[in-house]
Amino acid sequence: MIDKVKGNYDKAFENVVRLRIMSILMVNEQFDFNSFKELLDVTDGNLASHLRTLENQGYIQVEKSFVGRKPQTNYSATLTGKTAFQEHLDFLENLISQNKT
Amino acid sequence: MKKPEQELAEIKDMMERSTRFLSLSGLSGILAGIYALIGAGMLWYWIYFPASLGVDGGEKLSIREILNRSLLAGLAVLILALGSAYLLSQKKSKKNSQKFWSPASKRFFMALFIPVLAGGLFSFALIHEGYFHFLAASTLTFYGLGLFNASYFTLGEIKNLGLGQVILGLIAAFHPEYGLILWALGFGVLHVIYGSMMYYKYDR
Repeated sequence: MIDKVKGNYDKAFENVVRLRIMSILMVNEQFDFNSFKELLDVTDGNLASHLRTLENQGYIQVEKSFVGRKPQTNYSATLTGKTAFQEHLDFLENLISQNKT
Repeated sequence: MKKPEQELAEIKDMMERSTRFLSLSGLSGILAGIYALIGAGMLWYWIYFPASLGVDGGEKLSIREILNRSLLAGLAVLILALGSAYLLSQKKSKKNSQKFWSPASKRFFMALFIPVLAGGLFSFALIHEGYFHFLAASTLTFYGLGLFNASYFTLGEIKNLGLGQVILGLIAAFHPEYGLILWALGFGVLHVIYGSMMYYKYDR
């Protein structure tokens, strides 16, 4: 019999770009679009669609502002998003410790 | 679904790369140490063996002259060290195809430069008020605090380097007579040691 693994495997983090975005937002209060693009090495369209998915899930929130004349889009994790990510992490960790025993 | 181990490693890597400035060059630490040792060596000669340089007909240099020269030497060391750190770190970030200016590197520089800038101004105040013998203590202590503060946003070695500088700075505060030696130990020897540790660990 397989014990139920604690935590929750979240489908939202199945995609590696979304997983990375959320990892970054867990340790950074805010992160802007261009910095995401450089760090993740993805195209504008790809990044925007993954960010939108996370936003629609209520995991991240968007804040648009201006730096001088340049528009800047900042993202931050919501409480829901942080909790969901933590559960996802718990699931992975428990899965590993179960496989070991 | 990927292996959970792989996924966790991925998460950890992203957290590190988004918060830490990892392009700090170890080689630039070694170079900064060497510049500082040369600077301290020159100062040592000006203070204790002015005759060997044949300046002023072998007479002792005046306090004012020594002070001017040590300020110039200190400034030259600072500019050379900052210059090599900037160039080599930029090269390293290019090699690792990372951006030099990122949210992480900006945080690192802010954390480092606010204590260092305060320390620099404090040291000028000391000179202005005539407390020359506390210069080694003030520069070492503030620089060490800056490094310790910035170590949260870069390679872990920087933390111990910072602590080392602070300890030497405090010793220099109680024993100003060893100021020059302690300054050479901190800015010279410690930089070379930690620079080479970082070079062997990360740069090659």
